[in-house]
Amino acid sequence: MTGAYLDKNYVYAVARIRGAELKLLNSQALNELAGAQMPGDVLDILKEKGWGREEDMTAEELLKSEREKLWELIDELVPDLSVFDVFKKPNDYHNLKAAIKESMMDFDYPGIYIDEATIDPEVIKNAIKERNYGELPTEMVEPARLIHDTFLRTGDGQLCDVMTDRICLEELIRSGENSGDDFLKEYSILTAAAANIKVALRCARTGKDREFLEAAVAECPTLDRNALINAALQGEDQLASYLTTTDYVDAVPELKKDATAFENYCDNLIIRRMRNQLTESFGLGPIAAYILAKESEIKSVRIIFSGKENGFSEEMIMERMRETYV
Amino acid sequence: MANSGIFWALLGAALSAGLAGAGSAIGVGIAGRSAAGVCTQEPNMFSKVLILQLLPGTQGIYGLLIAFIALSQMGLLGGGANMDMSLTTGLMYFAACVPMAIGGLVSGIAQGKCSVAAIGLVAKRPEQFGKSMIFPAMVETYAILALLVSILAIFGIG
Repeated sequence: MTGAYLDKNYVYAVARIRGAELKLLNSQALNELAGAQMPGDVLDILKEKGWGREEDMTAEELLKSEREKLWELIDELVPDLSVFDVFKKPNDYHNLKAAIKESMMDFDYPGIYIDEATIDPEVIKNAIKERNYGELPTEMVEPARLIHDTFLRTGDGQLCDVMTDRICLEELIRSGENSGDDFLKEYSILTAAAANIKVALRCARTGKDREFLEAAVAECPTLDRNALINAALQGEDQLASYLTTTDYVDAVPELKKDATAFENYCDNLIIRRMRNQLTESFGLGPIAAYILAKESEIKSVRIIFSGKENGFSEEMIMERMRETYV
Repeated sequence: MANSGIFWALLGAALSAGLAGAGSAIGVGIAGRSAAGVCTQEPNMFSKVLILQLLPGTQGIYGLLIAFIALSQMGLLGGGANMDMSLTTGLMYFAACVPMAIGGLVSGIAQGKCSVAAIGLVAKRPEQFGKSMIFPAMVETYAILALLVSILAIFGIG
């Protein structure tokens, strides 16, 4: 890393991001992809737009290479990638869940680990397999032990999943605070709040008990954890009524529609809040927003691919589509 | 002490060139980093972003101009300077140079930041190049006002 890049205002980096934003897919481009006849046509359009590295890539390889290109660019622009731990932490906890389940099955499943994480998936895999939690970073030792023990004791995969998600969200909020960047802090809080509301809704619909909710709902600065749990225990209407007293009052109409509408609302909420970064010329915010925008774009293209492969209509695909950053 | 005026006059001229030059250096430097970022992604934008990068460079020139005028008025350029200049006269030269020194430093940095934003605008919408120049150019107004006050004041002393 040369001195030219070591710039706390990230002026050079933000300028490069401005150029990279031009290549993001806008809603018109996503409509074009959703309107393609076959998955192969989607692949061809994306390759024309510069996606992928080689000509003969499959859809999955194309998506993987786009994510790799994203992190190569960010690695070039930001000397210390730990500020973006908020984006990679969830992958660590996904890998932890995968390792616990894989160890129970006593079989190696290919492709279940995500490489873009802060901890090498192999380290997590070995630590869980050998029950040697000391190999893990300090902040993951106790969560790993707790979740693994709970799984061995109860065999309840769903409970372990929600516990892992809760611990992950609390870790995410801490990473957001430690990054020292307002945008990353807001992103971590929004992500935790959206996940909390989602899990509370699912629990309200399936009639889960307080113990389960306590294990699933994370501490979040913009939501009163106890009030959310109590509302979810009393049902969907009470949950909606509680949300009207929070910053997430807009979620209520979406919550009453269906699960897809609400999932879309949560993703769109983050995209909308990050759009003000389009006019920022300095700092980590525009870079972080670009990472999220690119991840969201990859998610949308994945939805198009799977929609095309499963013969969904253009309308059905567009319903599941997230708003675009640009 | 009563004859130390020449020192103060010279200090004013030096600060005018030095601080205004520093403002320009910071402004052009920060805009240059942004311009380099845009050119990495879009090399054909070079000529447009170069003009925007150079806009904060004028404060340094204004500072130099004031320094030359002040030195010339003091007689330090062509010889025959009054080395026994009174403290009052020296401080008057010093005060006359202050607007350019401070105005140049602050407006140079501010214009550099504004140029960075304008370079971002051109990177996204190259067709808006004309408008993008206006935003940093507005900051120039205050450097010109400082220049005018300094010139009028120096000639007023002479």
